[in-house]
Amino acid sequence: MLNVSGLACSRGERRLFADVGFSLAAGEWLHVQGENGSGKTSLMRLLVGLSPADAGEVFWRNEPTPSVEFRRDLIYLGHHAAVKEDLTPLENLRLAAALDGVALDERGALAALIRLGLRGREELPVRVLSAGQKRRVLLARLLTRPAVLWVLDEAFNALDVAAVKLLGELIAEHLSAGGMAVLTSHQPLPVPGGKVLVL
Amino acid sequence: MNAFFATVRRDLLLAMRRKSEVLTAVFFFVIVTSLFPLGIGPEPVLLKKIAPGILWVAALLATLLGLPRLFAADHVDGTLEQMALSPSPLGLLVAGKILAHWLLCGLPLVLLAPLLGLQFDLDASALGILTLALLLGTPLLSLIGAIGAALTLGVRGGGVLLALLVLPLYIPALIFGAGAVEAHIAGLDVGGHLSLLAAMLVLAAFFAPWATTAALRIALE
Repeated sequence: MLNVSGLACSRGERRLFADVGFSLAAGEWLHVQGENGSGKTSLMRLLVGLSPADAGEVFWRNEPTPSVEFRRDLIYLGHHAAVKEDLTPLENLRLAAALDGVALDERGALAALIRLGLRGREELPVRVLSAGQKRRVLLARLLTRPAVLWVLDEAFNALDVAAVKLLGELIAEHLSAGGMAVLTSHQPLPVPGGKVLVL
Repeated sequence: MNAFFATVRRDLLLAMRRKSEVLTAVFFFVIVTSLFPLGIGPEPVLLKKIAPGILWVAALLATLLGLPRLFAADHVDGTLEQMALSPSPLGLLVAGKILAHWLLCGLPLVLLAPLLGLQFDLDASALGILTLALLLGTPLLSLIGAIGAALTLGVRGGGVLLALLVLPLYIPALIFGAGAVEAHIAGLDVGGHLSLLAAMLVLAAFFAPWATTAALRIALE
């Protein structure tokens, strides 16, 4: 369903990568590996359509991207916290869903936060949470926003052992339900199988 | 359309959590417009003559104060990125943000203007025209300002650049907005001035969100 061919990216004079291609079908995931500065994040941003590629194409369900359909099926979590410090986790989740045009009631949002281990923190401003807890608030969006393709850039950063295991479970559940995932990480990931792309 | 209103609600909620940022612009407007009558002294004829210009220039500068923050916070914490990848059209979300900016930085000026105009010995009908002109003009300022805010997003020293970029574009609004009140005081018809302001507002409402969206996509690359 996701077909990528001939992607190339350069930063200034420096060529980061060229002719990167892969394809993913339902239930498959890709682990993008590479040393610091090898262009993992750049590849993620090209993939989701945040920056234009020097060359190459990304096809989603045999249609060129970016398209509205692709954005509906996609969830991208990058390096940024992407949560509002002045709002509570509950407000963050519900407003993010409303902006995406997804219906999400308070009970659904609460269930997602509890699954991520934020019980009792849902009414606190995000500003007072720790870095790992902020990350968990962001990851709760994986549960509240139905998406087929998860693109997670360094999603395992700042997470404790329990949260790493939990995120591994979430990804495994997502894959077994026919989802797809593209992940970058320096650690070995607690998700079985998976293709590997080394930049 | 739900995403549009959700964006407005979100930005208003965020502003309520950080009231000082909103109140800065409003206090600036109140203080600047009050300094002139205090400095010039009780000369009703002179005050009445300079009132429209001063109130309008103060409104321009007060709007400008809030502009750098329009997209900056969302850009820094990554929520702008999420908006750009949202299934909802980015233009719609941007339009929502611009409306929220006007509700927070423009509407208070419109509501305060009749009160502040009293200091300049404007009569009731002139205050009415002033309020009406600001009601048409301040959304125009927010719309044009949003383009500038998006173009200077992430640029170092963007605040100064933003002022240099946006203030010249505010000149037509200033001329016709202040001109409407001056014409009324001189006993002339103000229909032309207000119609032109309204026409510019319609034009900006159509093009500004689109141009802002294009500039934001470039800033995000």
